[in-house]
Amino acid sequence: MKLQDDNIDLKSDEMILNMGPQHPSTHGVLRLILRTDGEVVNDVRPVIGYLHRCMEKHCENVTYITAVPYVDRLDYIAGMNNELGYALTVEKLAGIEVPERVQYIRVIMAELNRIASHLIAIGTYALDLGAVTLFLYTMRDRERIIDLFEEVAGGRLLFNYIRVGGLAHDLTPGWVDKANDFLEYFPPKITEYNDLFTYQKIFIERAANVGVLHPDVAVSYGVTGPNLRGSGVAWDIRKDEPYSGYEKFDFEVPIGRGEMGTVGDCWDRYYVRLRELEESVKILRQAIDQLPREGDVQSAMPTKTLKPPKGDIYYRVENPRGDLGFYIVSDGTPKPYRLKVRSPCFTAVSAIREMAVGWMIADLVAILGSLDIVLGEVDR
Amino acid sequence: MKEFIDGLIASNAFLQSVPVDLVYLAAMVTATVAVLLVVLTLFSGLGTYAERKVAGHMQDRLGPMRVGPHGILQFLADGIKLFLKEDIIPALADRKLFIIAPVVVFSASFASYVVVPWSDTLIVSDLNIGILYILSISSVAVIGIIMGGWASNNKWSLYGAMRAAAQIVSYEVPIALSIIAVILYTGSLSMQDIVEAQAGGLHKWFIFRNPFLFLGFFLYFIAGLAEVNRVPFDLPEAESELVSGYNTEYSGMRFAFFFMAEYANMFIVCAIGTTLFLGGWNGILPDPILPGVVWFMGKGLFLMFIMIWLRWTLPRLRVDQLMYVSWKVLLPLSFLVIFGSALWILL
Amino acid sequence: MNYLREIGQAVWTVLVGMKVTIGHLFVPAVTLQYPDVKWTTPERWRGRLHNNIDDCIGCQACSRICPVSCITIKAEKRGKDEEPVFTSEESGKKPRKLRVTQYDIDLSLCCFCGFCTEQCPTECLRMIPDYEFSVYDKKELVCSYAVEKSPEKISEKISEKEGEPEGSSG
Repeated sequence: MKLQDDNIDLKSDEMILNMGPQHPSTHGVLRLILRTDGEVVNDVRPVIGYLHRCMEKHCENVTYITAVPYVDRLDYIAGMNNELGYALTVEKLAGIEVPERVQYIRVIMAELNRIASHLIAIGTYALDLGAVTLFLYTMRDRERIIDLFEEVAGGRLLFNYIRVGGLAHDLTPGWVDKANDFLEYFPPKITEYNDLFTYQKIFIERAANVGVLHPDVAVSYGVTGPNLRGSGVAWDIRKDEPYSGYEKFDFEVPIGRGEMGTVGDCWDRYYVRLRELEESVKILRQAIDQLPREGDVQSAMPTKTLKPPKGDIYYRVENPRGDLGFYIVSDGTPKPYRLKVRSPCFTAVSAIREMAVGWMIADLVAILGSLDIVLGEVDR
Repeated sequence: MKEFIDGLIASNAFLQSVPVDLVYLAAMVTATVAVLLVVLTLFSGLGTYAERKVAGHMQDRLGPMRVGPHGILQFLADGIKLFLKEDIIPALADRKLFIIAPVVVFSASFASYVVVPWSDTLIVSDLNIGILYILSISSVAVIGIIMGGWASNNKWSLYGAMRAAAQIVSYEVPIALSIIAVILYTGSLSMQDIVEAQAGGLHKWFIFRNPFLFLGFFLYFIAGLAEVNRVPFDLPEAESELVSGYNTEYSGMRFAFFFMAEYANMFIVCAIGTTLFLGGWNGILPDPILPGVVWFMGKGLFLMFIMIWLRWTLPRLRVDQLMYVSWKVLLPLSFLVIFGSALWILL
Repeated sequence: MNYLREIGQAVWTVLVGMKVTIGHLFVPAVTLQYPDVKWTTPERWRGRLHNNIDDCIGCQACSRICPVSCITIKAEKRGKDEEPVFTSEESGKKPRKLRVTQYDIDLSLCCFCGFCTEQCPTECLRMIPDYEFSVYDKKELVCSYAVEKSPEKISEKISEKEGEPEGSSG
């Protein structure tokens, strides 16, 4: 990394600070090289790659069916959504149609995972800013969701549940009642978070008007998901390019309106995530009501080795962090020729400079927290 | 005690050559220091324990439970652990300053315990400039913090130390002004005089004497929070931003000194708050049923509980917002308190 | 008067937040005291792998499907003059045509996905609810299950006739 071309020698009181890979608030192994003038940040260069696990190369050596654990580990907090995206891509490529029950269960799992992921985003953001208690409250609520997943899929964080053509197992008896219990338990908790943190004046002082991301800049960088919606652009793949039955549900897409400050500041991004919790609860209620009672979840799974036709395909789904895209090139063999993942956090990391220049280091922490990046996805 | 000292003098030739008064003085000082040290360590240790337990219960969990019944001996375990840790001094650090810094900080908070009035008879030294002494000694801690930050040879520590220094110095002003408002009533800086001026029941406590002093108490408390670097003003040691600020390079017993100094300081702020505003060792009714120490400790610990409660509720303020609160909010309000109290006394 | 309004808002929101936290002081804890109290894992829980080697027919479906290649198997055909061996009653008394001489699972590589357990035809390979298998040396995480040894004469004969014995890389 060279800073010589920026004429660093001319400025005498700038400090180069390394917010290194091991830092409590960079949400993973992200390295930020800062040029600061006192407290004010003049330049930010993110350095990534500390969590690179060669996932895309590995996937070229395993079959389509067994690549699911690798896909799971991309954005390890939202495993179900990753698997859903991958499964939908391969199914589109191979021309497999899944039964309706499978679609509904997939939507239920994806939305539950969206709630869990946003709870982590909110909790860790509060943790970075010093309100430790909120983090523990969100973890407590996330435990209920994870227990639901554990019962059905066998894992708490990495599920290996949504497979190409169907699901690994069907729901256990009584699971739907437990899910309904959770949906009763959860909405009052959102009120608790609001009382404790969202409308706290200190938090508003820290987050409002800080790190403003103008919508045009966001679109030009390719930022998607709550980060884009926080800037006021109403783009949600679940509404604009629906998949897996999302067109049957009635929900809103929350966007940032600059209630506490400018449109596109950290508070807006945080608030979009909070509102998405409520919308996910709405979708879950509808999905559980409309869930078909019978159906074989494994009826469309390929019985022989899956050899999709030659060709390539790009398909995307709405991850809790943005739009996650899969580009698969198939050459007719059981193993993919190339699997490329388009990661939403990657674009968010690249847009840090637009948001952080001119603010203080403490604000940098607030901005990073509001972007909600997971390095597993950035580095793959 | 006197017989013990006399026996010691009789058996030791060197001691017989020294004037008797000096020996008595040395013995008293040693004994006092020992007692205060024990008290301070107990407070810091139990303070950390109380913090962890309260934090745990507020977060729907239990806190320390394994060391001793309900984890009560946790602070001893922590102390032993810190004692046995390797003493790491960074290679490029300034050795002398690095070693002295925690000592300075700890001594400053230790020295302030000298004028705390535990009850009407239990006070180490009733200086007639009691309050002024506390204000000046607590400023010495700033020197220690800056030394610690500079000597660590670490940019992050330096940031933390600079912030801490700015913060402590700025918040001394509202504290001093709130104290002046109280002094208007007593006319004396001595701690026992201030407490005695509040004798006679709940309505005589300074916090209830006039509405301006009521506001003054809250100003004092908020400024006191900032003095001890507690949330929402704990940016100098914010874990997630500066990896513990000026504490970063310290390990083992040196870190323990900083840590103990923080909790000791916390209690000092609460103790001075009780003395000045909440009536010190006076009871609620004119006839205190319980001994003065119990009242004093009860009020002091209640204030400490509020400090802990605030820590686990609020997020952190940023540096410039901290400064804004001090200079643009607390300071004008403190002036208001002083003028209001003065007018109240006149009328 | 924005100034006063902001101060008022700050104080009010702080008090609201404090009310929330103090309420939690009186709510019972939601945590378990772990080493003394352990929670029961659900039925489908993916813990450590365990192979009941007496039921294993050596088909190597598990090692073929493993995404991270953590299972190493060496199996050879039994000689024609040996006693036929069968799996247990519960798994349907299937004939065990292959003798499994090496069955190693490297738990440090295993990603606990559960594919292998789904493929096993006799269900000898299962995931048991064990999550406390930390060790000090990584080599201890390689679990060997094979009990049968290959008689040297028979393996020589087979390698002359039919090429290398079957095996998959680890």
